[in-house]
Amino acid sequence: MIENIKERLKDKIKEIKIHNERRVYLTIDRKDLKDVVNIIFNELGARYQIVTGIENFDKFELLYHFSFDKQGLIISLRTFLDKENPEIESLTSIIPGISYIEREVWELLGINFIGHPNLKHFLLREDWPENLYPLRKGVKKDGRK
Amino acid sequence: MVENRKVIVPIGPYHPLLEEPEYFQLYCDGEEVVDAEWIAGYNHRGIEKLSESKHYDQVTFLVERICGICSTSHPIAYCNSIEDLCGIEIPERAKYIRSIIGELERLHSHLLWVGLAGHFLGYNTVFMWAWKYREPILDMFEMITGNRNHYAMLRIGGVRRDIEDEDVPILKKTLSEIKDKVKMLTEAVLDDPVLSARLKGVGILTKDDIKNYGAVGPVARASGVDIDVRRDDPYAAYNLVEWKVITTENGDVFDKAVVRLLECFESIKIIEQCLDAIYGKKGEIWKEVREIIEGEGIGHHEAPRGEVFHYVRSDGNTTSPVRHKIRAPSYVNIPTFKASCIGETISDVCIILAGVDPCYCCTERIAVYDKDKNKKVYDFDQLIKKSIEKTEKIKKELGKEGKLWKHLL
Amino acid sequence: MSLKLKALKKSLWVYHVSGGSCNNCDIEILDLLTPRFDVERFGIILAASPRHADVLLCTGIVNKKCVERVKEVYQQTPKPCVVVAVGTCSCSGGIFRDGYQMAGPLDKIIPVDVYIPGCPPKPESIIAGIVKFLKELK
Repeated sequence: MIENIKERLKDKIKEIKIHNERRVYLTIDRKDLKDVVNIIFNELGARYQIVTGIENFDKFELLYHFSFDKQGLIISLRTFLDKENPEIESLTSIIPGISYIEREVWELLGINFIGHPNLKHFLLREDWPENLYPLRKGVKKDGRK
Repeated sequence: MVENRKVIVPIGPYHPLLEEPEYFQLYCDGEEVVDAEWIAGYNHRGIEKLSESKHYDQVTFLVERICGICSTSHPIAYCNSIEDLCGIEIPERAKYIRSIIGELERLHSHLLWVGLAGHFLGYNTVFMWAWKYREPILDMFEMITGNRNHYAMLRIGGVRRDIEDEDVPILKKTLSEIKDKVKMLTEAVLDDPVLSARLKGVGILTKDDIKNYGAVGPVARASGVDIDVRRDDPYAAYNLVEWKVITTENGDVFDKAVVRLLECFESIKIIEQCLDAIYGKKGEIWKEVREIIEGEGIGHHEAPRGEVFHYVRSDGNTTSPVRHKIRAPSYVNIPTFKASCIGETISDVCIILAGVDPCYCCTERIAVYDKDKNKKVYDFDQLIKKSIEKTEKIKKELGKEGKLWKHLL
Repeated sequence: MSLKLKALKKSLWVYHVSGGSCNNCDIEILDLLTPRFDVERFGIILAASPRHADVLLCTGIVNKKCVERVKEVYQQTPKPCVVVAVGTCSCSGGIFRDGYQMAGPLDKIIPVDVYIPGCPPKPESIIAGIVKFLKELK
């Protein structure tokens, strides 16, 4: 399966990290994300699991987790975003179910999803202070900067 | 969605039978539901952030408190992710004990669902039965772990407590008693003509819907999608015992009930085999883990409601995770209401929402809006009442009482 | 003892408020209704609306999104009423007390009469707590 994915994606993969035979992390460019997800989700038939957003020292990182259940394999697509203006294309047109997690990543981490139809507060209050993203490293666990 | 139709509803009657606060808005045209929205966050506690300030061992207890019904599923998935990160193989006895706890939890959770589903339909007998038969399972938990819920059995590298040999025969005896009762309950529910009329063909999810929303667990298996983490990516002792994955084809609420009830028997089978395997043997129950190396790990577990997913990243220096992502099964199962509720009548929506088993709670704050008048028409109590009325009507139309009632006479 | 209190003690109607709990206390409260514990034999039933309730059973940390709702429910309950904090979360905040969504614990928001700690408290201890309070009530 890993070979098959490698062949289909070819040069879109910038880095491949095989943790073990069931956990594989692929680094891709954020411009290629839509194409890559289209191939993995629609053509190879993976099951969408979830999106993880992480704040690193110099970059934001998004991990899109997909599972191939027949092989028990989890593929994680890793993309990096700029710290100043983190934004990425929304995948709601490909995977309808991804809408809620994109809203969550937006409100907890402040990553903008371009083309998301309904980017509003989901878990937090409507009057939550702007530019206060609780999962960012600069914010304390009690929600203060 | 038309913006002016949005009305902020008072929290409304909390229904005594539903717990966690969740909030759905249904937009209706007459009896038919035309659109629906899910508003969450009444239960958000910021666990992912808290986890970044806790020690790796403390996180096990924190994730246990995500959900009271699946309170061992999250620790299992979390420990799986740490063990994946460090490449730890746990002792065999610990594997069996993990499976026993996991399956006991599935048993009590599925019985809980059957009971509540019965209540939603106006079958309070099923509710009382199922909850009565659930009690011995909680007693078994108390015997093994010392608490009825929140068992604190898991630790990174193994389990905290052993199952003593003298407990095993008592556990097996209780299990065989439960098996008979679950069998009786299953036959009563599945043969009942009223329940068939009420549940068959309601809230159908197709294979495409399952794929689009990424639904997991019994919801997916009822639609014929053959996925189960226990078999696909084996962990604990699931590859050491004999069992099979239950699937059905229709994807309606009736099939979801069938899948859950039949899974109870598979769970009993797994527990019996695991108890046999540990009986009369001694062995390590945990392996010491001295450091969490730098890296990232993914662990998942098939909870009663579907796949629980945990992602942990460690930087190798600190004692807390750098990032801990948690995804509960209801997170992907609840959005399927967009596919299953629309076009159905209001009286069916209640059981469709309950059909995905949204931790029982998510159905709580339902308010139904009339499309033209822009005001609240039904609250959840009235919805349940409407649902009960429909059951009564079908009962009259069928002209005979179901088998369920014959058991009582 | 005033007439109101005497009437209150006769048959308690309970209303259950969840303010962001892990749903375990809630399940144990439900357990009280089912055949093994069956509190209905003491005249205790769960009411469907706070306007009919004598007792509020509150669980959970009370997070920032539902704090107004909890206040509203308290205002709707006819007085005198008994507020019971069930579980460690609503008594003190428990493991979640440092979180960014924490608005509670419960006694910061509404006056609390009875605290029943435990994670979760057993059904027996919930019954014991209520009985103890009723004996004290004069």
